[in-house]
Amino acid sequence: MIRLSIPLRQALSRLSLPLLVAAAFGVMLLGKADTVIAERARTALADLLAPIWSVVQRPVGAVRDTLQEADRLLHLREENTRLREENALLRRWQAAALTLEGENGLLRRQLAFLPEGAPSYRTARVVADGGGTYARAVLLAIGPGHMIRKGQIALDERGFAGRVTEVGTRSARVLLATDMNSRVPVTLEGSRARALMAGGNTARPRLQHWPEGLMPQEGERVVTSAETGAFPAGIPVGVVRWSQGGAPEIELYAQLDRLDMVRLFDYGLGGILPPEAVARPEPKGRR
Amino acid sequence: MVPPMPGRRAPKPGLLAALDAFARGGLPTVLTIFAMVLAGGFAVMPGAVAAASLPCIFFWAVFRPAAMPPPAVFLIGLLQDLLTAAPLGSGILVLLLAYGAARAWRRFLARQGFLLVWVCFAGFAALAGLLAWVLQALLGWRLPPAEPGLWQVLLTIGLYPPLAWLFSRLQSALLEAEVTA
Repeated sequence: MIRLSIPLRQALSRLSLPLLVAAAFGVMLLGKADTVIAERARTALADLLAPIWSVVQRPVGAVRDTLQEADRLLHLREENTRLREENALLRRWQAAALTLEGENGLLRRQLAFLPEGAPSYRTARVVADGGGTYARAVLLAIGPGHMIRKGQIALDERGFAGRVTEVGTRSARVLLATDMNSRVPVTLEGSRARALMAGGNTARPRLQHWPEGLMPQEGERVVTSAETGAFPAGIPVGVVRWSQGGAPEIELYAQLDRLDMVRLFDYGLGGILPPEAVARPEPKGRR
Repeated sequence: MVPPMPGRRAPKPGLLAALDAFARGGLPTVLTIFAMVLAGGFAVMPGAVAAASLPCIFFWAVFRPAAMPPPAVFLIGLLQDLLTAAPLGSGILVLLLAYGAARAWRRFLARQGFLLVWVCFAGFAALAGLLAWVLQALLGWRLPPAEPGLWQVLLTIGLYPPLAWLFSRLQSALLEAEVTA
């Protein structure tokens, strides 16, 4: 240990705070100038902490399950009535779907239609919030030797949830559809019109840039569009809801506030990736 | 003539004593980091990580600044920025400024009762939230919505009492350990 004179030591201790504040500005500049460094540091830290978070998730999950169970017991009767009604409705839909399936098969045979292969996917557990105050992202724990790439699409059991933006050896970050920086090309299913779904850190992303002379209808189904080559067409996203302020929003099918498992689909689409991702060649066999 | 009092001589400050002192000094920082990692894992609501760090830093800056030196605050801020997707450096600046202000007022704050300290902390949390919002707007060059920031400030204020209770237990244990050491 270096021995310093007392006045020098006092001066150093008084200077350390201003010096560190200056260093904070330096870090800010660095983070702005070189986004790759920040991303690598984040990924390395997430890789390090993912196993810890996986362990922490177990008691949290147990508590959450117990609470849900209690809630279900309390609302058993209402739930039962609702399910019976829904079941009747679904039975009608099932009949319709079976008829349509048969008709579809018949038409396909007449057209010599080549079916697309079912996309491969793997399931990953959400272990931590990866966004903070002004971003909406989640961290996934993934096993080593995974085949997860940037740009893959994350779905929960109901619909579109987000896209993979950072991948480490044991963790991956998924930018959710509600994030301020999320822009997803969508199709309004009723009118086949193209539009853009823009997140705003609120529960419902806004609908933007729909064609002139066409109004998105309340309750209209919204699916992804293959416009930019970043998403496959037809992944269920949500339904249109007009807000009280008179702006069309999308009520997502995915339950982003209680995300615990996501499916990561590999459609082999490069689409629009940030420049640094394009500059680095993809490792072979990662597809 | 009185013979010299029998007794043990004080042990020389050796490696173990140094380790002991180091562990005591580093405990608040380690606990703060632990709280942040845990807050990230629970993911109950966004902003929990930032909400966990400020009460810890404020408490130690007021009641035991020696246990939370500025470099530790820097490290905690960096960790917070890396754990969340906030612009790099913004968390560091917010925490360092909050730490500096809390340390400057500690002579006044340390003599007050819990309630007044909590009210002061609420002011700190509000200002820190405002600063974080401004930094987010400047560094991201887009106006972020105010609502998540507001929720985060409320969560920060709400987290202070349990954390302070825990830390004041620890503080008195540390004081006791120092007296016996």
